[in-house]
Amino acid sequence: MDFKKDFPMLGTNTIYLDNCATTLKPLSVIDEVSDYYKKYSANAHRGDYDISRIVDEKLLEVRKKTASFINAESQNEIVFTSGATEGLNMIIKGFFKNYLRSKDEVLTTKAEHASLILPWFDVVRKNGATINYIDLTDDLTVTMENVKKAITKKTKVISLAHITNVIGDVRPIKEICKYAHKLGIIVLVDGAQSVPHEKIDVRDMDIDFLTFSAHKMLGPTGVGVLYGKEKYLKQVKPIIEGGGMNAFFDSLGNVEYKELPEKLEAGTQNIAGILGFGKAIDYINELGIENIHKYEVDLKKYMIDKMSRLKNLTIYNKDIENGIVTFNVEGVFAQDVAAYLNKKGICVRVGNHCAKILSEVLGVKNTCRASLYFYNTKEDVDEFVEALDNDNILYDAL
Amino acid sequence: MDENLKRSIMIEHYQNPLNKGIIDDEGYKRVNMNSKTCIDNLDFACKIEDGIIKDLKFDGEACAISTSSASIMTELFKGKTISEAKEIIENYENMINEKPYNKDLLEDANCYDEIYKQPNRKKCALLPYEGLKKIIEDS
Repeated sequence: MDFKKDFPMLGTNTIYLDNCATTLKPLSVIDEVSDYYKKYSANAHRGDYDISRIVDEKLLEVRKKTASFINAESQNEIVFTSGATEGLNMIIKGFFKNYLRSKDEVLTTKAEHASLILPWFDVVRKNGATINYIDLTDDLTVTMENVKKAITKKTKVISLAHITNVIGDVRPIKEICKYAHKLGIIVLVDGAQSVPHEKIDVRDMDIDFLTFSAHKMLGPTGVGVLYGKEKYLKQVKPIIEGGGMNAFFDSLGNVEYKELPEKLEAGTQNIAGILGFGKAIDYINELGIENIHKYEVDLKKYMIDKMSRLKNLTIYNKDIENGIVTFNVEGVFAQDVAAYLNKKGICVRVGNHCAKILSEVLGVKNTCRASLYFYNTKEDVDEFVEALDNDNILYDAL
Repeated sequence: MDENLKRSIMIEHYQNPLNKGIIDDEGYKRVNMNSKTCIDNLDFACKIEDGIIKDLKFDGEACAISTSSASIMTELFKGKTISEAKEIIENYENMINEKPYNKDLLEDANCYDEIYKQPNRKKCALLPYEGLKKIIEDS
Protein backbone atom coordinates (compact mmCIF):
# COMPACT_ATOMS: atom_id res chain seq x y z
CA MET A 1 0.00 0.00 0.00
CA ASP A 2 1.20 3.49 -0.76
CA PHE A 3 0.84 5.72 2.26
CA LYS A 4 2.44 8.77 0.66
CA LYS A 5 -0.90 10.38 -0.12
CA ASP A 6 -2.00 10.10 3.50
CA PHE A 7 1.24 11.12 5.24
CA PRO A 8 2.68 14.49 4.19
CA MET A 9 5.97 13.69 5.95
CA LEU A 10 6.52 10.69 3.69
CA GLY A 11 6.98 13.07 0.80
CA THR A 12 9.88 14.95 2.40
CA ASN A 13 12.77 12.69 1.30
CA THR A 14 13.29 11.62 4.87
CA ILE A 15 13.52 7.97 5.81
CA TYR A 16 11.94 8.01 9.22
CA LEU A 17 13.06 5.08 11.38
CA ASP A 18 12.38 6.50 14.83
CA ASN A 19 8.83 5.35 15.34
CA CYS A 20 9.44 4.36 18.95
CA ALA A 21 10.00 8.04 19.68
CA THR A 22 6.96 9.29 17.80
CA THR A 23 5.11 8.42 14.62
CA LEU A 24 4.21 10.47 11.57
CA LYS A 25 0.66 11.80 11.27
CA PRO A 26 -1.86 11.13 8.53
CA LEU A 27 -3.85 13.98 6.99
CA SER A 28 -7.06 12.76 8.61
CA VAL A 29 -5.53 13.45 12.04
CA ILE A 30 -4.04 16.79 11.01
CA ASP A 31 -7.35 17.89 9.47
CA GLU A 32 -9.37 16.86 12.51
CA VAL A 33 -7.11 18.94 14.77
CA SER A 34 -7.38 21.94 12.49
CA ASP A 35 -11.16 21.48 12.04
CA TYR A 36 -11.62 21.84 15.77
CA TYR A 37 -9.96 25.25 15.68
CA LYS A 38 -11.76 26.28 12.52
CA LYS A 39 -15.28 24.95 13.01
CA TYR A 40 -16.22 24.36 16.65
CA SER A 41 -13.52 25.91 18.76
CA ALA A 42 -15.37 25.80 22.09
CA ASN A 43 -14.57 24.39 25.49
CA ALA A 44 -16.11 21.16 26.68
CA HIS A 45 -18.78 20.84 29.40
CA ARG A 46 -20.45 24.15 28.42
CA GLY A 47 -23.69 22.70 27.12
CA ASP A 48 -25.37 26.06 26.78
CA TYR A 49 -24.58 26.46 23.14
CA ASP A 50 -24.34 24.23 20.09
CA ILE A 51 -20.64 24.23 19.31
CA SER A 52 -19.82 23.22 22.88
CA ARG A 53 -22.31 20.37 22.69
CA ILE A 54 -20.63 19.22 19.48
CA VAL A 55 -17.30 19.17 21.31
CA ASP A 56 -18.81 17.14 24.17
CA GLU A 57 -20.30 14.65 21.76
CA LYS A 58 -17.08 14.29 19.83
CA LEU A 59 -15.03 13.82 22.99
CA LEU A 60 -17.41 11.12 24.19
CA GLU A 61 -17.18 9.43 20.83
CA VAL A 62 -13.36 9.30 21.05
CA ARG A 63 -13.57 8.01 24.61
CA LYS A 64 -15.85 5.18 23.48
CA LYS A 65 -13.61 4.47 20.51
CA THR A 66 -10.57 4.28 22.79
CA ALA A 67 -12.39 1.95 25.20
CA SER A 68 -13.31 -0.35 22.37
CA PHE A 69 -9.80 -0.20 20.88
CA ILE A 70 -8.35 -1.83 24.00
CA ASN A 71 -11.61 -3.61 24.86
CA ALA A 72 -12.21 -1.82 28.15
CA GLU A 73 -15.51 -2.61 29.83
CA SER A 74 -16.67 0.99 29.97
CA GLN A 75 -15.65 4.37 28.58
CA ASN A 76 -15.47 5.57 32.19
CA GLU A 77 -12.30 3.55 32.55
CA ILE A 78 -10.61 5.77 29.95
CA VAL A 79 -8.92 8.91 31.32
CA PHE A 80 -7.29 11.29 28.87
CA THR A 81 -3.88 12.53 29.96
CA SER A 82 -1.06 14.51 28.38
CA GLY A 83 0.76 11.28 27.57
CA ALA A 84 1.92 7.96 28.99
CA THR A 85 4.30 9.78 31.34
CA GLU A 86 1.52 11.71 33.03
CA GLY A 87 -0.61 8.57 33.26
CA LEU A 88 2.17 6.64 35.00
CA ASN A 89 2.75 9.51 37.43
CA MET A 90 -0.99 9.75 38.16
CA ILE A 91 -1.25 6.06 39.04
CA ILE A 92 1.98 5.74 40.98
CA LYS A 93 1.65 9.00 42.90
CA GLY A 94 -2.14 9.18 43.06
CA PHE A 95 -2.86 5.56 43.89
CA PHE A 96 0.14 3.49 44.93
CA LYS A 97 1.58 6.18 47.16
CA ASN A 98 -1.40 5.65 49.48
CA TYR A 99 -1.89 1.97 48.75
CA LEU A 100 1.62 0.81 49.65
CA ARG A 101 2.72 0.44 53.25
CA SER A 102 6.24 0.53 54.63
CA LYS A 103 8.25 -2.57 53.56
CA ASP A 104 5.79 -3.44 50.78
CA GLU A 105 7.56 -4.36 47.57
CA VAL A 106 7.27 -2.98 44.06
CA LEU A 107 8.49 -5.33 41.35
CA THR A 108 9.87 -3.95 38.11
CA THR A 109 12.86 -4.50 35.78
CA LYS A 110 16.06 -2.70 34.91
CA ALA A 111 14.92 -2.20 31.32
CA GLU A 112 12.13 0.26 32.09
CA HIS A 113 11.71 3.79 30.79
CA ALA A 114 12.43 6.75 33.08
CA SER A 115 8.72 7.63 33.19
CA LEU A 116 7.97 4.39 34.97
CA ILE A 117 11.03 4.20 37.23
CA LEU A 118 11.37 7.78 38.48
CA PRO A 119 7.85 8.10 39.98
CA TRP A 120 8.50 4.87 41.89
CA PHE A 121 11.78 6.24 43.26
CA ASP A 122 9.85 9.23 44.53
CA VAL A 123 7.07 7.18 46.12
CA VAL A 124 9.24 4.60 47.88
CA ARG A 125 11.45 7.33 49.31
CA LYS A 126 8.37 8.72 51.02
CA ASN A 127 6.49 5.64 52.20
CA GLY A 128 9.24 3.17 53.00
CA ALA A 129 8.30 0.60 50.37
CA THR A 130 11.12 -0.98 48.36
CA ILE A 131 11.77 -1.62 44.67
CA ASN A 132 12.94 -5.04 43.55
CA TYR A 133 14.04 -5.93 40.04
CA ILE A 134 12.99 -9.04 38.16
CA ASP A 135 16.11 -10.74 36.76
CA LEU A 136 16.43 -10.35 33.00
CA THR A 137 17.59 -13.35 30.97
CA ASP A 138 20.82 -13.22 28.96
CA ASP A 139 18.90 -11.86 26.00
CA LEU A 140 17.34 -9.24 28.30
CA THR A 141 13.83 -10.64 28.32
CA VAL A 142 11.41 -11.25 31.19
CA THR A 143 10.35 -14.85 31.75
CA MET A 144 7.47 -16.06 33.87
CA GLU A 145 9.95 -18.16 35.81
CA ASN A 146 11.94 -15.07 36.81
CA VAL A 147 8.77 -13.15 37.67
CA LYS A 148 7.71 -15.95 40.03
CA LYS A 149 11.18 -16.06 41.55
CA ALA A 150 11.11 -12.34 42.31
CA ILE A 151 7.69 -12.30 43.97
CA THR A 152 7.63 -12.40 47.76
CA LYS A 153 4.84 -12.19 50.31
CA LYS A 154 5.41 -8.45 50.42
CA THR A 155 5.03 -7.86 46.68
CA LYS A 156 2.03 -5.59 46.13
CA VAL A 157 2.51 -4.43 42.55
CA ILE A 158 4.27 -5.50 39.38
CA SER A 159 5.03 -2.51 37.20
CA LEU A 160 6.55 -2.94 33.78
CA ALA A 161 6.33 -2.16 30.09
CA HIS A 162 4.47 -4.55 27.83
CA ILE A 163 7.16 -3.94 25.20
CA THR A 164 10.39 -2.18 26.13
CA ASN A 165 11.63 0.72 24.08
CA VAL A 166 15.26 -0.37 23.82
CA ILE A 167 15.18 -4.08 23.05
CA GLY A 168 11.52 -4.33 22.16
CA ASP A 169 10.96 -7.60 23.98
CA VAL A 170 7.35 -8.57 24.59
CA ARG A 171 6.56 -9.43 28.19
CA PRO A 172 4.08 -12.22 29.01
CA ILE A 173 1.54 -9.79 30.45
CA LYS A 174 -1.45 -12.11 30.41
CA GLU A 175 0.41 -14.79 32.34
CA ILE A 176 1.89 -12.24 34.73
CA CYS A 177 -1.57 -10.82 35.48
CA LYS A 178 -3.07 -14.26 36.00
CA TYR A 179 -0.34 -15.31 38.41
CA ALA A 180 -0.19 -11.95 40.20
CA HIS A 181 -3.92 -11.72 40.74
CA LYS A 182 -4.01 -15.06 42.54
CA LEU A 183 -1.63 -13.49 45.05
CA GLY A 184 -3.51 -10.20 45.27
CA ILE A 185 -0.82 -8.30 43.35
CA ILE A 186 -1.85 -5.39 41.11
CA VAL A 187 -0.27 -5.11 37.64
CA LEU A 188 0.57 -1.74 36.07
CA VAL A 189 1.50 -1.93 32.39
CA ASP A 190 3.26 0.75 30.34
CA GLY A 191 1.78 0.20 26.88
CA ALA A 192 3.51 3.07 25.08
CA GLN A 193 5.42 0.73 22.74
CA SER A 194 2.81 -2.01 22.44
CA VAL A 195 -0.63 -0.44 22.01
CA PRO A 196 0.38 1.19 18.66
CA HIS A 197 1.76 -2.05 17.27
CA GLU A 198 -0.25 -5.02 18.45
CA LYS A 199 -3.65 -5.98 19.76
CA ILE A 200 -4.12 -5.19 23.43
CA ASP A 201 -7.23 -6.53 25.07
CA VAL A 202 -7.23 -5.29 28.65
CA ARG A 203 -9.99 -7.67 29.66
CA ASP A 204 -8.50 -10.76 28.07
CA MET A 205 -5.08 -9.93 29.52
CA ASP A 206 -6.76 -8.80 32.77
CA ILE A 207 -4.56 -5.71 33.08
CA ASP A 208 -5.28 -3.51 36.13
CA PHE A 209 -3.71 -0.25 34.90
CA LEU A 210 -2.46 0.59 31.39
CA THR A 211 -0.99 3.80 30.01
CA PHE A 212 -0.08 4.83 26.47
CA SER A 213 0.54 7.88 24.27
CA ALA A 214 -1.40 9.07 21.24
CA HIS A 215 1.59 10.48 19.39
CA LYS A 216 3.24 7.08 19.15
CA MET A 217 0.19 5.80 17.25
CA LEU A 218 -0.40 8.47 14.58
CA GLY A 219 -2.09 10.88 16.99
CA PRO A 220 -1.15 14.39 18.11
CA THR A 221 1.46 15.10 20.77
CA GLY A 222 0.21 16.01 24.23
CA VAL A 223 -2.46 13.32 24.47
CA GLY A 224 -2.34 10.04 26.30
CA VAL A 225 -4.60 7.46 27.84
CA LEU A 226 -4.78 6.07 31.33
CA TYR A 227 -6.86 2.93 31.59
CA GLY A 228 -7.75 1.44 34.94
CA LYS A 229 -10.21 -1.13 36.14
CA GLU A 230 -13.03 0.88 37.62
CA LYS A 231 -12.54 -0.55 41.13
CA TYR A 232 -8.95 0.76 41.17
CA LEU A 233 -9.45 3.90 39.13
CA LYS A 234 -12.06 5.04 41.67
CA GLN A 235 -9.35 5.01 44.33
CA VAL A 236 -6.88 7.13 42.35
CA LYS A 237 -6.52 10.46 44.10
CA PRO A 238 -6.27 13.34 41.64
CA ILE A 239 -2.73 14.73 41.78
CA ILE A 240 -3.96 17.77 39.87
CA GLU A 241 -7.13 19.55 40.97
CA GLY A 242 -9.10 22.32 39.35
CA GLY A 243 -12.02 23.03 37.10
CA GLY A 244 -13.98 20.31 35.37
CA MET A 245 -13.20 17.68 38.00
CA ASN A 246 -15.04 18.97 41.10
CA ALA A 247 -18.76 18.70 41.78
CA PHE A 248 -18.82 20.96 44.82
CA PHE A 249 -16.57 22.94 47.15
CA ASP A 250 -17.10 25.55 49.83
CA SER A 251 -15.13 28.02 51.92
CA LEU A 252 -14.65 25.46 54.68
CA GLY A 253 -12.56 23.36 52.35
CA ASN A 254 -15.17 20.71 51.68
CA VAL A 255 -14.65 19.31 48.21
CA GLU A 256 -16.60 16.75 46.29
CA TYR A 257 -15.15 15.36 43.09
CA LYS A 258 -17.04 14.42 39.97
CA GLU A 259 -17.38 10.80 38.94
CA LEU A 260 -14.87 9.04 36.69
CA PRO A 261 -13.37 9.87 34.32
CA GLU A 262 -13.78 13.65 34.80
CA LYS A 263 -12.47 13.41 38.36
CA LEU A 264 -9.01 12.73 36.92
CA GLU A 265 -9.16 15.31 34.13
CA ALA A 266 -8.68 18.68 35.82
CA GLY A 267 -8.59 21.81 33.68
CA THR A 268 -9.32 22.19 30.00
CA GLN A 269 -8.14 19.09 28.20
CA ASN A 270 -6.20 18.97 24.94
CA ILE A 271 -9.46 18.90 23.03
CA ALA A 272 -7.98 19.30 19.55
CA GLY A 273 -5.46 16.57 20.33
CA ILE A 274 -8.02 14.15 21.70
CA LEU A 275 -10.25 14.62 18.64
CA GLY A 276 -7.24 14.06 16.39
CA PHE A 277 -6.45 10.91 18.37
CA GLY A 278 -9.91 9.60 17.47
CA LYS A 279 -8.97 9.79 13.80
CA ALA A 280 -5.68 8.03 14.54
CA ILE A 281 -7.61 5.12 16.04
CA ASP A 282 -9.86 5.08 12.97
CA TYR A 283 -6.83 4.91 10.69
CA ILE A 284 -5.32 2.02 12.65
CA ASN A 285 -8.64 0.18 12.80
CA GLU A 286 -9.04 0.50 9.07
CA LEU A 287 -5.67 -1.15 8.49
CA GLY A 288 -6.23 -3.65 11.29
CA ILE A 289 -3.85 -3.76 14.23
CA GLU A 290 -3.07 -7.45 13.59
CA ASN A 291 -2.08 -6.61 10.00
CA ILE A 292 0.14 -3.79 11.24
CA HIS A 293 1.89 -6.14 13.63
CA LYS A 294 2.41 -8.80 11.00
CA TYR A 295 3.76 -6.28 8.50
CA GLU A 296 6.25 -4.92 11.03
CA VAL A 297 7.45 -8.38 12.04
CA ASP A 298 7.98 -9.32 8.38
CA LEU A 299 9.75 -6.05 7.58
CA LYS A 300 12.05 -6.48 10.58
CA LYS A 301 12.90 -10.01 9.41
CA TYR A 302 13.77 -8.59 6.00
CA MET A 303 15.90 -5.92 7.68
CA ILE A 304 17.69 -8.33 10.02
CA ASP A 305 18.38 -10.67 7.16
CA LYS A 306 20.09 -7.87 5.22
CA MET A 307 21.84 -6.37 8.24
CA SER A 308 23.20 -9.77 9.29
CA ARG A 309 25.22 -9.91 6.09
CA LEU A 310 27.20 -6.84 7.18
CA LYS A 311 30.23 -7.69 9.27
CA ASN A 312 30.55 -4.34 11.02
CA LEU A 313 27.30 -4.56 13.00
CA THR A 314 26.31 -5.89 16.40
CA ILE A 315 22.56 -6.43 16.62
CA TYR A 316 21.11 -6.82 20.10
CA ASN A 317 17.59 -8.05 19.39
CA LYS A 318 17.57 -10.11 16.19
CA ASP A 319 14.94 -12.62 17.22
CA ILE A 320 12.47 -10.38 18.97
CA GLU A 321 9.25 -10.18 16.96
CA ASN A 322 8.37 -6.56 16.34
CA GLY A 323 9.71 -3.55 14.49
CA ILE A 324 12.61 -2.52 16.73
CA VAL A 325 16.25 -3.10 15.77
CA THR A 326 18.91 -2.08 18.27
CA PHE A 327 22.48 -2.14 17.03
CA ASN A 328 25.96 -0.67 17.06
CA VAL A 329 28.55 -0.24 14.34
CA GLU A 330 31.91 -1.66 15.33
CA GLY A 331 34.37 1.04 16.33
CA VAL A 332 31.96 3.92 15.78
CA PHE A 333 30.25 5.77 18.63
CA ALA A 334 26.46 5.49 18.30
CA GLN A 335 26.04 9.23 17.90
CA ASP A 336 28.47 9.32 15.00
CA VAL A 337 26.46 6.57 13.32
CA ALA A 338 23.30 8.64 13.69
CA ALA A 339 25.06 11.77 12.40
CA TYR A 340 26.26 9.78 9.40
CA LEU A 341 22.78 8.37 8.70
CA ASN A 342 21.34 11.86 9.11
CA LYS A 343 23.56 13.01 6.25
CA LYS A 344 21.80 10.37 4.15
CA GLY A 345 18.37 11.58 5.28
CA ILE A 346 17.80 8.62 7.60
CA CYS A 347 16.47 9.24 11.11
CA VAL A 348 17.44 6.84 13.88
CA ARG A 349 17.66 7.36 17.61
CA VAL A 350 20.83 6.94 19.64
CA GLY A 351 21.55 6.87 23.32
CA ASN A 352 20.23 4.95 26.25
CA HIS A 353 16.64 5.59 25.11
CA CYS A 354 15.55 6.88 28.53
CA ALA A 355 16.25 3.46 30.07
CA LYS A 356 19.42 4.41 31.87
CA ILE A 357 19.57 1.46 34.24
CA LEU A 358 19.58 -1.00 31.33
CA SER A 359 23.21 -0.23 30.53
CA GLU A 360 24.09 -1.94 33.83
CA VAL A 361 22.76 -5.15 32.30
CA LEU A 362 23.40 -4.63 28.58
CA GLY A 363 27.07 -3.84 29.08
CA VAL A 364 27.01 -0.99 26.58
CA LYS A 365 25.79 2.45 27.45
CA ASN A 366 24.65 3.69 24.09
CA THR A 367 23.06 2.04 21.09
CA CYS A 368 21.43 3.00 17.81
CA ARG A 369 17.78 2.13 17.42
CA ALA A 370 15.87 1.86 14.18
CA SER A 371 12.15 1.39 14.79
CA LEU A 372 9.61 0.67 12.07
CA TYR A 373 5.94 1.35 11.50
CA PHE A 374 3.55 0.14 8.84
CA TYR A 375 4.38 3.00 6.43
CA ASN A 376 8.06 2.03 6.26
CA THR A 377 8.93 0.03 3.17
CA LYS A 378 11.48 -2.48 1.95
CA GLU A 379 12.98 0.40 -0.05
CA ASP A 380 13.52 2.31 3.22
CA VAL A 381 15.26 -0.73 4.65
CA ASP A 382 17.35 -1.18 1.49
CA GLU A 383 18.61 2.40 1.69
CA PHE A 384 19.29 2.10 5.40
CA VAL A 385 21.30 -1.12 5.02
CA GLU A 386 23.11 0.20 1.96
CA ALA A 387 24.19 3.23 4.01
CA LEU A 388 25.51 0.97 6.77
CA ASP A 389 27.43 -1.12 4.24
CA ASN A 390 30.39 1.23 4.43
CA ASP A 391 33.79 0.74 6.07
CA ASN A 392 34.32 4.47 6.48
CA ILE A 393 31.27 5.45 8.52
CA LEU A 394 33.35 7.26 11.11
CA TYR A 395 35.16 9.28 8.47
CA ASP A 396 31.97 10.02 6.54
CA ALA A 397 30.20 11.08 9.73
CA LEU A 398 32.51 14.08 10.12
CA MET B 1 42.46 23.74 5.24
CA ASP B 2 41.60 20.93 2.86
CA GLU B 3 38.53 18.86 3.78
CA ASN B 4 40.42 15.59 3.93
CA LEU B 5 43.05 17.13 6.18
CA LYS B 6 40.34 18.41 8.50
CA ARG B 7 38.81 14.99 8.78
CA SER B 8 42.21 13.38 9.31
CA ILE B 9 42.94 15.74 12.19
CA MET B 10 39.60 14.93 13.79
CA ILE B 11 40.02 11.17 13.35
CA GLU B 12 43.57 11.27 14.72
CA HIS B 13 42.46 13.15 17.84
CA TYR B 14 39.41 10.90 18.24
CA GLN B 15 41.32 7.65 17.98
CA ASN B 16 44.40 8.80 19.86
CA PRO B 17 43.15 11.58 22.10
CA LEU B 18 45.69 13.70 23.92
CA ASN B 19 45.39 14.57 27.61
CA LYS B 20 42.64 12.00 28.13
CA GLY B 21 42.36 10.62 31.64
CA ILE B 22 41.79 12.66 34.75
CA ILE B 23 43.84 12.05 37.84
CA ASP B 24 42.48 13.00 41.22
CA ASP B 25 44.99 15.63 42.06
CA GLU B 26 44.76 18.68 44.23
CA GLY B 27 44.75 21.98 42.45
CA TYR B 28 42.58 20.81 39.56
CA LYS B 29 39.17 22.31 39.01
CA ARG B 30 36.70 19.87 37.55
CA VAL B 31 33.52 20.19 35.58
CA ASN B 32 31.19 17.65 34.02
CA MET B 33 29.61 18.50 30.69
CA ASN B 34 26.64 16.24 30.00
CA SER B 35 24.95 17.39 26.82
CA LYS B 36 21.25 18.12 27.20
CA THR B 37 20.39 17.14 23.67
CA CYS B 38 22.72 14.28 22.86
CA ILE B 39 24.80 11.62 24.58
CA ASP B 40 28.13 13.44 24.82
CA ASN B 41 29.29 13.22 28.42
CA LEU B 42 32.77 14.58 29.17
CA ASP B 43 34.63 15.66 32.29
CA PHE B 44 37.29 18.35 32.25
CA ALA B 45 39.99 19.10 34.80
CA CYS B 46 42.10 22.21 34.72
CA LYS B 47 45.02 23.42 36.82
CA ILE B 48 45.34 27.20 36.93
CA GLU B 49 48.30 28.84 38.70
CA ASP B 50 49.08 32.56 38.75
CA GLY B 51 46.48 33.18 36.07
CA ILE B 52 48.03 30.62 33.70
CA ILE B 53 46.55 27.30 32.57
CA LYS B 54 49.23 24.86 33.67
CA ASP B 55 47.38 21.68 32.75
CA LEU B 56 44.13 20.65 31.09
CA LYS B 57 42.72 17.12 30.86
CA PHE B 58 39.49 15.46 29.87
CA ASP B 59 37.75 12.12 30.14
CA GLY B 60 34.45 10.45 29.33
CA GLU B 61 32.43 9.19 26.42
CA ALA B 62 31.39 11.29 23.46
CA CYS B 63 31.17 11.35 19.68
CA ALA B 64 34.11 11.85 17.33
CA ILE B 65 33.50 15.60 17.01
CA SER B 66 33.26 16.23 20.73
CA THR B 67 36.15 13.96 21.66
CA SER B 68 38.52 15.29 19.00
CA SER B 69 37.54 18.85 19.83
CA ALA B 70 38.30 18.18 23.52
CA SER B 71 41.68 16.68 22.64
CA ILE B 72 42.65 19.61 20.43
CA MET B 73 41.44 22.08 23.04
CA THR B 74 43.53 20.57 25.84
CA GLU B 75 46.68 21.04 23.74
CA LEU B 76 45.74 24.49 22.55
CA PHE B 77 45.18 26.03 25.98
CA LYS B 78 48.12 24.74 27.95
CA GLY B 79 50.35 27.62 28.99
CA LYS B 80 47.82 30.28 28.04
CA THR B 81 46.81 33.05 30.43
CA ILE B 82 43.16 33.37 31.42
CA SER B 83 42.67 36.41 29.22
CA GLU B 84 44.33 34.68 26.26
CA ALA B 85 42.10 31.66 26.88
CA LYS B 86 38.99 33.83 26.91
CA GLU B 87 40.00 35.36 23.60
CA ILE B 88 40.59 31.96 21.99
CA ILE B 89 37.27 30.64 23.26
CA GLU B 90 35.46 33.67 21.88
CA ASN B 91 37.09 33.26 18.47
CA TYR B 92 36.35 29.53 18.43
CA GLU B 93 32.69 30.16 19.24
CA ASN B 94 32.54 32.79 16.52
CA MET B 95 33.95 30.32 14.02
CA ILE B 96 31.36 27.69 14.93
CA ASN B 97 28.57 30.25 14.77
CA GLU B 98 29.70 31.65 11.41
CA LYS B 99 30.81 35.02 12.76
CA PRO B 100 34.12 36.79 11.99
CA TYR B 101 37.06 35.30 13.88
CA ASN B 102 40.85 35.24 13.94
CA LYS B 103 41.92 31.86 12.68
CA ASP B 104 45.54 32.41 13.64
CA LEU B 105 44.54 31.83 17.26
CA LEU B 106 42.94 28.45 16.70
CA GLU B 107 45.66 26.20 15.21
CA ASP B 108 44.26 22.66 14.69
CA ALA B 109 40.88 23.74 16.03
CA ASN B 110 40.39 25.40 12.62
CA CYS B 111 39.38 21.95 11.38
CA TYR B 112 35.84 22.64 12.65
CA ASP B 113 35.36 25.71 10.49
CA GLU B 114 32.68 24.01 8.41
CA ILE B 115 30.82 22.24 11.18
CA TYR B 116 27.98 24.72 10.74
CA LYS B 117 27.01 22.65 7.70
CA GLN B 118 25.84 20.00 10.17
CA PRO B 119 23.86 22.17 12.60
CA ASN B 120 23.17 19.37 15.07
CA ARG B 121 26.92 18.78 15.44
CA LYS B 122 27.72 22.36 16.46
CA LYS B 123 26.92 21.62 20.06
CA CYS B 124 29.37 18.68 19.95
CA ALA B 125 32.20 20.93 18.81
CA LEU B 126 31.30 23.57 21.40
CA LEU B 127 30.88 21.30 24.42
CA PRO B 128 34.56 21.20 25.50
CA TYR B 129 34.87 24.99 25.22
CA GLU B 130 31.75 25.47 27.31
CA GLY B 131 33.35 23.23 29.93
CA LEU B 132 36.56 25.26 29.95
CA LYS B 133 34.56 28.47 30.11
CA LYS B 134 32.79 27.26 33.24
CA ILE B 135 36.09 26.45 34.90
CA ILE B 136 37.60 29.81 33.99
CA GLU B 137 34.52 31.75 35.10
CA ASP B 138 34.63 30.05 38.47
CA SER B 139 38.33 30.69 38.96
